[in-house]
Amino acid sequence: MTTLDASRALTPQAYMQGLSRWQPIEIIFWLATLLPFWLFPTYLSLASQIAITALFALSLDLILGYAGIVSLGHAAFFGFGAYSAGIFSKFAWSEPISGLIAAALLTGLLGYASSFIISRFRHLTLIMITLGLGLLLKEAANSAHWLTGGSDGLQGVSIAPVFGLFKFDLYGRTAYGYSLGVLFIVFLFARRLINSPFGLALRGIRENFVRMPAIGADSRAHIRKVYTISAIVAGIAGALLAQTTQTVALEVLSFERSADVVVMLVLGGAGRLYGGLIGAAVYMIARDQFSGIAPQYWYFWIGALLVMVVTLLPNGILGGLSKLLKRWSRR
Amino acid sequence: MLPPVFGVLFDGIAYGMLLFLLSVGMSVTLGLMNFVNLAHCAFAMFGAYVTVVLMKDFHWNFFATLPMAFAASALVSVVIERILYRRLYRATDLDQVLLTIGLAFMSVAIAAWFFGTTQQPIAVPSYMRGSIGFLGLNLGIYRLFLVAVGIAVTVLLVLTLEHTRFGAQVRAAVDNQRMARGIGIDVDRTFAITFALGSGLAGLGGALAIEIVGLDPQFALVYLVYVLIIVSVGGLGSIAGSFAAACLIGVSDIAGKYYVPQLGSFLIYLVMVAVLMWRPAGLFGRR
Repeated sequence: MTTLDASRALTPQAYMQGLSRWQPIEIIFWLATLLPFWLFPTYLSLASQIAITALFALSLDLILGYAGIVSLGHAAFFGFGAYSAGIFSKFAWSEPISGLIAAALLTGLLGYASSFIISRFRHLTLIMITLGLGLLLKEAANSAHWLTGGSDGLQGVSIAPVFGLFKFDLYGRTAYGYSLGVLFIVFLFARRLINSPFGLALRGIRENFVRMPAIGADSRAHIRKVYTISAIVAGIAGALLAQTTQTVALEVLSFERSADVVVMLVLGGAGRLYGGLIGAAVYMIARDQFSGIAPQYWYFWIGALLVMVVTLLPNGILGGLSKLLKRWSRR
Repeated sequence: MLPPVFGVLFDGIAYGMLLFLLSVGMSVTLGLMNFVNLAHCAFAMFGAYVTVVLMKDFHWNFFATLPMAFAASALVSVVIERILYRRLYRATDLDQVLLTIGLAFMSVAIAAWFFGTTQQPIAVPSYMRGSIGFLGLNLGIYRLFLVAVGIAVTVLLVLTLEHTRFGAQVRAAVDNQRMARGIGIDVDRTFAITFALGSGLAGLGGALAIEIVGLDPQFALVYLVYVLIIVSVGGLGSIAGSFAAACLIGVSDIAGKYYVPQLGSFLIYLVMVAVLMWRPAGLFGRR
């Protein structure tokens, strides 16, 4: 979050422009995302998983970090997007980009419909409604065996090469390139959105839900919009997963996935554009490295991490880093 | 002769009593401090493991272990409350959710470390097994016992809350915390005692649940969803609300699994979303 420097008087336009200026560190970050192609060619499948999860975390950041809507059921949109893309390729055609757009639109419709429910509630009721809707969708997908394959997962998804040129290979080169490209494009859009007056209004809603309407910004209308956008982004992430792995498991809708993405976002730093990206990368790499540990013990470290982040590092990794940087530059 | 639907109803209510014991503490502490304690079922699980250890390794009688399950859970919860929770009373919902779900995750791993991931069966006394016939229904003796315990706890809680000095302090603090502090009620102390009581009841519920639903380390997370549903459907800080919601959810769950098993848990989630859409503050909630 940028604070206004009191010593320099800024016009609103100059302030908004200052927010959206590209920093050198951002350019370095995006160049670094290309490194796995040369440095870790055997880990490209993991890299593509990270890019997809980062996109999912970014979608949660839009509602949780910026608008203050705590959701424990965000996997609903991720899973819906995944099933949409999978079923689309099975029953329509296998071209990936049109499939991605179709999944995004369908998820957007679901998000728009549920946003009317979401915008009516706050606090614990809101958390429970998101949780309940997520669990409902999972149970629905589980019982609609004829369409989704139920707990056996959706089989028979096949995806044509991207642009008709790049086939999805075993090493994940295409998968990573494709996921990273989509992540970058959606990120540009999210960055533009957050650095717009609309993004400012969202932060206002996060800080004070009741006061925003008094200055002419209807909180509920804004929440409906951002919730729909967030659902679309989550749907795109899910569709990417379905297309790159060419299967959809029921797990895409699970409560664990919703909880994991909240953990990642908070670990990275909620309310920062790069928070979800950094959090997803750290979480996924750590889980890959510690995959030798049985999953029931893995959760001990996730739990310990959460307790430490809340008590010691309230704004996540990025919050801690920027604090350090400020202290360092003051000297 | 009664039709079998009454048997389903009875099983549902017995299950609801279990859920009521597990959730009433969380409802009251949420109403009192607005503190979202997702580790509540971890305390319940702790009580259940206390019962298992006392019965298996020390050969205690099942009934003798129940007070110990209550006391152990209450004690552990109050230690954790003093060390960790009290720093976060003024923090945001999200911070509270994260810290306490972190503790719940840790409790799952610790339980798996000590007891493994397998189910922990216990042997309740033989006279608690079996069932008695009543107007053509088979009522499980253990389930009858559960209903009796549930009703006894409810009556005891309502009497305590309505007719004692401590109960009056709790009600005052739930209604208006600042005013309660203003007239000299030690809200922190009231809260600590309530918190310990609620966790103790959860521990008792956990111990009683072993015979019905089994016990493995996932208990802390699986029943958390049920508890959250009951608390939000019943309304925060309301014992009558928790009781009604627990019966509603218990009956919906058992009836759903009996009559439409292919839907799984669909029915209780549907009930929850429907109730919250109709009354966002829960059935008995005031805010």
